[in-house]
Amino acid sequence: MSLGHVLLGVLADGPAHGYDLKRAHDERFPAVKTLAYGQVYATLARLERDGLVEVAETTQGAGPERTAYALTAEGRAALLGWLEKPEPAGPYPADDLVRKTVVALRLGADADAYLRRQREVHLARMRELLALQRATDAVDARIVVDHTISHLDADLRWLETAANRLAEGRGR
Amino acid sequence: MTEVHDPLMTAVGLRKAFGRTEALRGVSMSLAPGEVLAVTGPSGSGKSTLLLCLAGVLRPEAGHVQYAGQRLDELSESQRTRLRRRELGLVLQFGQLVPELTGVQNVMMPLLLNRHDRAAARTSSLGWLERLGAGQVADVVPGEMSGGEAQRVAVARALVAGPRVVFADEPTGALDTLSGERVLEALLSSARDTGAAVVLVTHDNRVAATADREIVLRDGRADPRLVT
Repeated sequence: MSLGHVLLGVLADGPAHGYDLKRAHDERFPAVKTLAYGQVYATLARLERDGLVEVAETTQGAGPERTAYALTAEGRAALLGWLEKPEPAGPYPADDLVRKTVVALRLGADADAYLRRQREVHLARMRELLALQRATDAVDARIVVDHTISHLDADLRWLETAANRLAEGRGR
Repeated sequence: MTEVHDPLMTAVGLRKAFGRTEALRGVSMSLAPGEVLAVTGPSGSGKSTLLLCLAGVLRPEAGHVQYAGQRLDELSESQRTRLRRRELGLVLQFGQLVPELTGVQNVMMPLLLNRHDRAAARTSSLGWLERLGAGQVADVVPGEMSGGEAQRVAVARALVAGPRVVFADEPTGALDTLSGERVLEALLSSARDTGAAVVLVTHDNRVAATADREIVLRDGRADPRLVT
């Protein structure tokens, strides 16, 4: 996942200044590395150049000029396109699955569909790893594969819980 | 000539309620010969009820199950019992062995019910226990077996009569990862050798990943978008 997608995802909530984006991101994803302001502004400039965000408002207070950015229709389409594609079943920073789900919810997109696609990818990977494990008698190789399988299993459980929470939310 | 890919079993619009709880609200599915199918979904989504309806243990209130061209609801009780004994094998989470009987006596039961000769039934049952790595508990009662051993005896009992479909409800649910892996491997390799189809109700992702296909149940319905 690129920083561009991260910022577009946070902008799905509504227009925000670079400063607010960084803060919102760091609050929403407390388990991941915080963003640097320089990164945020450089990325916003690139996103604006590519037509994915636009300037919503410029305000001049006591300090420097502040620019609020908003998601454009293209930016929204880019996020939806990104959601269409499940992540590879690792190796990856685990929070990408979380980010995609949260963005889907904020966008009002089909988060269930994303979770299902992701489950299929994870199950397929687990199937490959189980076959790999069965094909070897070497204990060390089996233990190494166990490690990867256990992480996949944790993600699969999380995907299932997330789907159940969505269903529960709809039932209320 | 018979089409090879004709389903062995199909279910159409199954509905089943227990009191006010609707366990199944119109589930349809099919099973191909030799296929390994996982049935997953949250607790209370109807997985076990579906399994028991397919196995002919429970009668659905609406819809029907067809096995090898015959509707189960059109069979007499004795025909259905015979079908369950000869063509369908069942493994439950905690084995459900008869506590007074030894390992080999438990495995022999379906054969004796099918009126096989006792000596031949014993030889064949011992063979299945050996094959599943449970030969050491042939003369041990279930109370003195480990969970993994008891579950292997249950698998041997489900396979001994040469069923065409084996139904297993959380076969690894009560076992640690490695014991579960060995039981599952024993079940699937034996089923592969005999050409039996397997329906696995499971919460275990390793088990689901081992299957050829997955049906996800939610609130008594099959999620149509997640039948892989």
